[in-house]
Amino acid sequence: MSEFWEGISSAFWLIITLDADLVDITIRSLQVTVTAVVIGAALGIPLAAWLTVNRFRYRRTTVAILNALMGLPPVVVGLIVYLLLSRSGPFGVFGLLFTPTAMIIAQVIIVTPLIASVAHQALRDLWADYHDLLISLNTTRWQRIKTLAWDARRSLLTATLAGFGRAIGEIGAIMIVGGNIDHVTRVLTTAIALETSKGNFALALGLGFILIGMAIAINIAIHWVSGTERRGRW
Amino acid sequence: MVDILPLTLSKAEVRRAGKPILGPIDLAITTGGATMVLGPNGAGKTTFLKACHGIARLASGGSDWAVERSEAELHQSYVFQSPILLRRRVLANVMYPLKLRGYSRSDAADQALSALTNVGLADAKDQMAHDLSGGEKQKLAIARALVTKPQVLFLDEPTASLDGRSKREIEAILIAAQRDGTKLIMTTHDLGQARRLAHHVVFLMHGKIHEEGLSETFFAGPKTEAAQAFLKGDIVE
Repeated sequence: MSEFWEGISSAFWLIITLDADLVDITIRSLQVTVTAVVIGAALGIPLAAWLTVNRFRYRRTTVAILNALMGLPPVVVGLIVYLLLSRSGPFGVFGLLFTPTAMIIAQVIIVTPLIASVAHQALRDLWADYHDLLISLNTTRWQRIKTLAWDARRSLLTATLAGFGRAIGEIGAIMIVGGNIDHVTRVLTTAIALETSKGNFALALGLGFILIGMAIAINIAIHWVSGTERRGRW
Repeated sequence: MVDILPLTLSKAEVRRAGKPILGPIDLAITTGGATMVLGPNGAGKTTFLKACHGIARLASGGSDWAVERSEAELHQSYVFQSPILLRRRVLANVMYPLKLRGYSRSDAADQALSALTNVGLADAKDQMAHDLSGGEKQKLAIARALVTKPQVLFLDEPTASLDGRSKREIEAILIAAQRDGTKLIMTTHDLGQARRLAHHVVFLMHGKIHEEGLSETFFAGPKTEAAQAFLKGDIVE
């Protein structure tokens, strides 16, 4: 148990002293994850809306595949992105391997299906409610998408936050494509793994607490800004 | 403005899973007082309304307005049996059809507020629509349907499961709408309501028109046995 308390105190001191390495790592974690989640939401939410209001032959199959992709193993994603970006791979010329950009690419692949799938479920339920009305009002497809997205905006935010949660704590893919290079691609999760393997449990635990605290703080901040759970709103 | 009525149904038929649930129906619905669609449960009243409105697809036959369909669509509204409200505030619900038609926010808000005033909901404009009572929800749905000043308003059992007071208020709103030139085509289970509002009656059974005519004639002496039994309050199947 002593490691546990040491972890708390080392987290405390790291934060109080604004440790330069910690700040560097934390900012990079946020940079990579927020960029990936923003791109993931920009791809996933329109895809979800499109799947909701369109009826086509392989729709059910598409939705089933999307749901299955939510559980995509990050290590495998990392491996595939690694192969694509490596010198001998098709995108090798861009020299992206072991850069934050590579980490963002891998995380976009991981979070997009998750955001799309959760968003699709919310939009589909709302569409079932609204269907007859929106047909009766002769809405165009685009008007339907706008209406559903606006009225389900809080669920879409939840979908995006789910993507954030998955990305911020993810290590399998970013370790492979980022390489955990100090001051270049080291982020909170890869730093924790490194410190643990060095036997530096207190520091690892300290970083872990910071990671958890940051995830909670961001969720609360976004909910607070968007006014969910207030004044009897659903 | 051109009249979209009469609506002419010719051999109109709706099927579900291959089975005919409505029709074939031949009928002309003209301007003038309200058309009341009566009949026992499962007679096809809702399907009839939806087929007229164009949201139930015809398997065969036709349903034609006096003008092009795209033009006619702009001049009709539909109120569903259980009101479908947007998860927005009351005023935003009424503004919605206007904004779809490209009204500016302030024009839409003005017109929506006056539509809400007509149904007595102006004070509730900032409430969430889903917090309203059952009667208020239906009034809101009617205000939203009327805000586009439709020539034809379809109503599917607008007062089912509402208390007497809401029923009376809604009937007053409908009568006022009628006075402003909106043709009502509605279904009801409430024979008293049918007598109060109807000008023209369509009596449906098993998806077909069993009897049809002016309400005075229909209520004074229905020609068919089934309609006589229905009016007496017997169970008709």
